[in-house]
Amino acid sequence: MNAVEIEGVSQHYGAMTVLHDLNLCLGEGEVLGLFGHNGAGKTTSMKLILGLLQASRGRVQVLGRNPSDAQVRRQLGYLPENVTFYAQLSGHETLCHFARLKGAALNQVDALLEQVGLAAAMHRRVKTYSKGMRQRLGLAQALLGAPRLLLLDEPTVGLDPIATQDLYQLIDRLRQQGTSIILCSHVLPGVEAHINRAAILANGRLQAVGSLSSLREDAGLPALIRASGLQHSEQLLQRWHGEGHKARTIGADGIEVVAINGHKLDLLRQLLGDGQAQDIDIHQPSLEDLYRYYMDKARTTQAAEGVA
Amino acid sequence: MTQIWNIARKELSDGLRNRWLLAISLLFAVLAVGIAWLGAAASGQLGFTSIPATIASLASLATFLVPLIALLLAYDAVVGEDEGGTLMLLLTYPLGRGQLLLGKFVGHGLILALATLIGFGCAALAIAVLVKDVELGLLVWAFGRFMLSSTLLGWVFLAMAYVLSSKVTEKSSAAGLALGVWFAFVLVFDLALLALLVLSQGKFSPDLLPWLLLLNPADVYRLINLSGFADSGTAAGVMALGGDLPIGGWWLWLCLLLWVGVPLLLAYWVILRRPT
Repeated sequence: MNAVEIEGVSQHYGAMTVLHDLNLCLGEGEVLGLFGHNGAGKTTSMKLILGLLQASRGRVQVLGRNPSDAQVRRQLGYLPENVTFYAQLSGHETLCHFARLKGAALNQVDALLEQVGLAAAMHRRVKTYSKGMRQRLGLAQALLGAPRLLLLDEPTVGLDPIATQDLYQLIDRLRQQGTSIILCSHVLPGVEAHINRAAILANGRLQAVGSLSSLREDAGLPALIRASGLQHSEQLLQRWHGEGHKARTIGADGIEVVAINGHKLDLLRQLLGDGQAQDIDIHQPSLEDLYRYYMDKARTTQAAEGVA
Repeated sequence: MTQIWNIARKELSDGLRNRWLLAISLLFAVLAVGIAWLGAAASGQLGFTSIPATIASLASLATFLVPLIALLLAYDAVVGEDEGGTLMLLLTYPLGRGQLLLGKFVGHGLILALATLIGFGCAALAIAVLVKDVELGLLVWAFGRFMLSSTLLGWVFLAMAYVLSSKVTEKSSAAGLALGVWFAFVLVFDLALLALLVLSQGKFSPDLLPWLLLLNPADVYRLINLSGFADSGTAAGVMALGGDLPIGGWWLWLCLLLWVGVPLLLAYWVILRRPT
């Protein structure tokens, strides 16, 4: 059974359509990254999964049931993007309140606060917490009752680099335990290694979904190869220009060449063979590059539609 | 049921923590004692006069105060959660909107009930102990009725505050509207009724006029507290109309209960339609 199944969902706000025919599913123990610009439909998708919105058209199933089912809600954790909590309560009291509402055992509260690094501050009022501390409290809240599905909306906002790393490690650990996770984010670098699949939304339409390698293949974005310590860099350069590759020299004995899909291994062989390269650096298209590619594509499509 | 209590206990502990309960109880106690002993100062007397006079003065003061306190306590119940981002979070919990509303009502309602009981109860106790040969039976009956009806009056305005709070998107508009509601029911309504009485020069159906009092929970509250005393010369202004009302005391209580129930249902209707 899939943790989340979204089939042919469209969502209208008045005359505005914010989601067009969305199809998306999330397997058990899978981490899906949900990316997109502001107003792309990320939040709407989240709300549909959370049962806060009823889809205008299509079907949403969460853990095999209707999203607003109380059974589902007990097994679901959600970290909202902006939550200030109750200023007068301490972190510990806040978490106890939410644990009671979720029907989760109160003895896990201390352990969760420890896990997110709030043990020292748990008896202080939330009013005195920094943005990052509130974010961590929100995370502890989302983890109450060991949820089977976790929705994290911008989880890294306000976190310092170490806390961000801790968060990613936590995500890895939860995934191993079989938790399904949807991660909504603007911060692309660093997240690649921790997601199974990425879904890119633009203008309410799903532009692409798949693992990073399949997206790379689909997008056909070139890899960048940098080699240094070459013996015959001039010869190589001339040959590649002749074959139509984009290449340039860096420094005295270095070359940078753009490898279109399918040419990568050939170019590498030449660098190692004829060039006798001493060091080679391959830069694969990152999530950011893919994101930019699909965003540009979406913009072009939209512009074309506008003209038509 | 558990969920309702979970919400209520947070409101209750909030009320204890920010000393609302203490402050309201103290205010009620000081006012009640002050009125009991100094209420007749205007007519040149000092000291306790009579139970009916004390209750009459207390009721007219509480008509102003209790609705204001209730509105202050509850105006941000829903919109405040929304501004803090917790409303959306709570709605992703196994918790219905009705449960959230009812939980808030139980919590705030208990705070008001406790403050009334402690504040006015202390005053009643003081009268019982300090005033010589006071009619204990009458004291308990009159103060019991006064405390119960004050609590109900507070609940009416709690329910109204939830309607506002569920409707608006900003805390400041909820505060403004709450003040408006207070103004309308506590001040404007009676004035409008008097104006109607005077302007119509008796042409307005005299049978209908007393019934209009039931449209204002604050007037129902005062009617409840002014009735039943041997000398009812204390009724003044629009309250004099109440004497013409051909219904018994129980109907007034029922009316006050309706005034709690109907706005509460309205608030439920509104919160169900609140977009997230």
